[in-house]
Amino acid sequence: MAAVMPVPAASRVLMSGNEAVARAVWEAGVKVAAAYPGTPSTEMLEVISTYPDLYAEWSVNEKVSLEVAIGCAYAGSRAFCCMKHVGMNVASDALMTLTLTGVVGGLVIAIADDVGLSSSQNEQDSRYWGRFAHVPVLEPADSQEAYAMTLYGYALSEKLQVPVILRMTTRINHVKSLVTVGERGEHVGAGFTKEPARFVMVPGNAGKRIPLMFAREIKLRELAETSELNFIEDGPDKRVGFIASGPAYMHVKESFPNAPVLKLGFSSPVPFDKCRELAAMVDQVVVVEEVEPLVETELKAQGLKVIGKEILPLQGELSPNVLKPAIARLLGEPMPETTTFAPMQVFPRPPTMCVACPHLGVYYTLSQVRNLNISGDIGCYTLGAGHPWNALDTCVSMGASMGVALGMDKGRGEADKDKRIVAVIGDSTFLHMGMQGLLDMVYNKGNVTVLLLDNRAVGMTGGQNNPGNGYGIHGEEAPRIDFARLVSALGVKDERIHKVNPYELPVLFKTIRDEVKVPDVSVIITDQPCVLVKDYHKLKPFEVMDDKCTGCGNCIDVGCPAIHVTSRGKEVKPSGREVDLAFVRIETSVCTGCGLCVQPCAPKAIVHHMATSPINLVTKGCEA
Amino acid sequence: MSENTNILVVGIGGQGVMTATEILAEAAIALGHDAKKTEVAGMAQRGGVVSSHLRFGQRVLSPQITPGTADVLLGFESAEAMRWQHMLRPGGITLMNTARLVPPVVELGLFDYPEDPLAEIKKCGNKVVAFDATSIAQGLGDIRLGNTVMLGAIADHLPFGAETLLDCVLKRFQRKGEKLVELNRRAFEAGRAAVGQAEAALA
Ligand code: SF4
Ligand code: SF4
Repeated sequence: MAAVMPVPAASRVLMSGNEAVARAVWEAGVKVAAAYPGTPSTEMLEVISTYPDLYAEWSVNEKVSLEVAIGCAYAGSRAFCCMKHVGMNVASDALMTLTLTGVVGGLVIAIADDVGLSSSQNEQDSRYWGRFAHVPVLEPADSQEAYAMTLYGYALSEKLQVPVILRMTTRINHVKSLVTVGERGEHVGAGFTKEPARFVMVPGNAGKRIPLMFAREIKLRELAETSELNFIEDGPDKRVGFIASGPAYMHVKESFPNAPVLKLGFSSPVPFDKCRELAAMVDQVVVVEEVEPLVETELKAQGLKVIGKEILPLQGELSPNVLKPAIARLLGEPMPETTTFAPMQVFPRPPTMCVACPHLGVYYTLSQVRNLNISGDIGCYTLGAGHPWNALDTCVSMGASMGVALGMDKGRGEADKDKRIVAVIGDSTFLHMGMQGLLDMVYNKGNVTVLLLDNRAVGMTGGQNNPGNGYGIHGEEAPRIDFARLVSALGVKDERIHKVNPYELPVLFKTIRDEVKVPDVSVIITDQPCVLVKDYHKLKPFEVMDDKCTGCGNCIDVGCPAIHVTSRGKEVKPSGREVDLAFVRIETSVCTGCGLCVQPCAPKAIVHHMATSPINLVTKGCEA
Repeated sequence: MSENTNILVVGIGGQGVMTATEILAEAAIALGHDAKKTEVAGMAQRGGVVSSHLRFGQRVLSPQITPGTADVLLGFESAEAMRWQHMLRPGGITLMNTARLVPPVVELGLFDYPEDPLAEIKKCGNKVVAFDATSIAQGLGDIRLGNTVMLGAIADHLPFGAETLLDCVLKRFQRKGEKLVELNRRAFEAGRAAVGQAEAALA
């Protein structure tokens, strides 16, 4: 990615929450920043990597990234680590012990919750980790706060030697608003002091740290009570007072400009006295939080009469048009008019795989092989569950395709007796969490065919580098893992390991069909770069010869978005069966000439353009 | 808080919807407004629906535009302009590219692309101006100019002058050479003129 423009101190810039955190991390004098990419958190580290004078890395998973950050914080320097909400599930093992040792240099962990599920397999509220691990949670409501709270987080972290969670949501990560930035400060690391009773968490030592953790929590609550990040804004309309945090605060202010509001920025531990103060000012208190009733439940346990999820949704984003009707109902007022008419019904437009994506051939082939149960994973190739392939049966969590496949194999019922089990996983996903599952599968003698789709990038999040493609975070050369040797080392028999070109459909088909018949673990590695990375090279585009196209529609089943239907028709076969016809054209401006659609076309109607036909270089298309 | 201006830019992943909204935001900021920009774009949006919200004014709180409160809907694609009509406030205006980008689910015959999106939008009673931004961009020699054509199209429907917006557009291309700056200037003016003519024809 391009280097960020140098932004001088004190200028006001339009920044996303992610960019604002990155800037603050740099200004805080952080030495080490690590992450595994994941929407909506990815840009934090992407931007950090463009700043000079700090070490940034893409780690292979979130647990490793947190461990790297912990090492730096133990060494006395400031560290940063970020992840999406599901990433903390992976990193939590390290977090739960980190909370006992505490840190020396400041450590801020930014967790991005995908509220509203723009691209995740679940919706979870990361504020729970604050309670679970007894560490403070800071919740910004816009980019300026994300910036300021990151800086504050380092001060707090060092003051109490505690890791700090910066809880963000999509509407902070990806919203751009104005930020006034400062300058980079120097942070001098204290160095590592050997202190086994603190840093070696064997039971005897750990047991002594637990009381310290609870003592720290009392101090944290005192700090939260007096923190400037928690403040009451009075208002003349005392019928309802609000307690809100994160983006929910903005929606409350927008919807009820005259109501008193307690804004929680330092939201865990909850400042109960502040909440009581607000309650004393108003008739009723409504807690507005995304997404779980966390603060609400704690306040109710304190005996405070508050209202929350009784009237607000337990799922998805809050917004003025959710809040206004809920409060109107509470007050027995007529419903405010917002939208004038219902949305019009238009076809769905789900995300699709890219033109010439190397996964197209894999899913096309899988859709042609019968009797498969296919266990899938997280990444672009999850799109194989959609049309036209419908070639993915499960998707649970990162790396889970391996274990799920083994479970489907070992646990098969009578109905699946003859089914072959296939697991599909990407390169980065395999390195993140798939290796252990494959090892388990080999060790326990599974009968699974693994398709390892190596497209040399973390494709879904924008093509970040990883140990599979031989480039580091700055695009510099790095050692590249040899997947065939890696899976061999995990115990897969060498004769069961195949490398195939996913653009050669007959070879792919034959390899899959042959391997699923072998009652053993096989790994088929498809090795072609993602079309978004620099290793991908375009070839001459193809065209459809109208006079040869029979309208069979076979090429459409490949699923390449460059193929368009020009007209439809019907044909009655000699058998009397009526079949649908779809005549096609190829958008030559975007076709990369990968040759996939050419292969299923029986009448050979897809060809390289002929010299006599005019070249149609400009058609409707997308900006690159 | 109706003193804020709400602009909704819609289209498909890859069309440059987010960049266009960002340039609009830069123009608003250049004039001293507070501004917030956000988008709804799932799964990194390969070819999916993208809607980008821009709100600016004295102080912007919620980044999202509430349905029924958008002042201008800038549609990069016909069916998408139709999909988001409910976001417009009464009296709001749609400026739409007449290009049709047909998704795979329609190619597969699972859904129909609306016959005449423009007519459907008119049925809602909303004001709409349609023009072929894609052809204009092609006419200038590069499909990628479509983004700038669309920005030209909205230029006279903002609470500030077109010049500020044009400046922000051209600033993006300054480092890439005078030729690109000139092409974008022409694309901007062509979009602006196309909307002007289409509006005159409506009147
Ligand atoms: S050759 Fe066919 S499958 Fe490959 S990019 Fe072109 S249209 Fe798509
Ligand atoms: S596969 Fe060949 S004959 Fe069949 S629709 Fe496509 S181009 Fe026409």
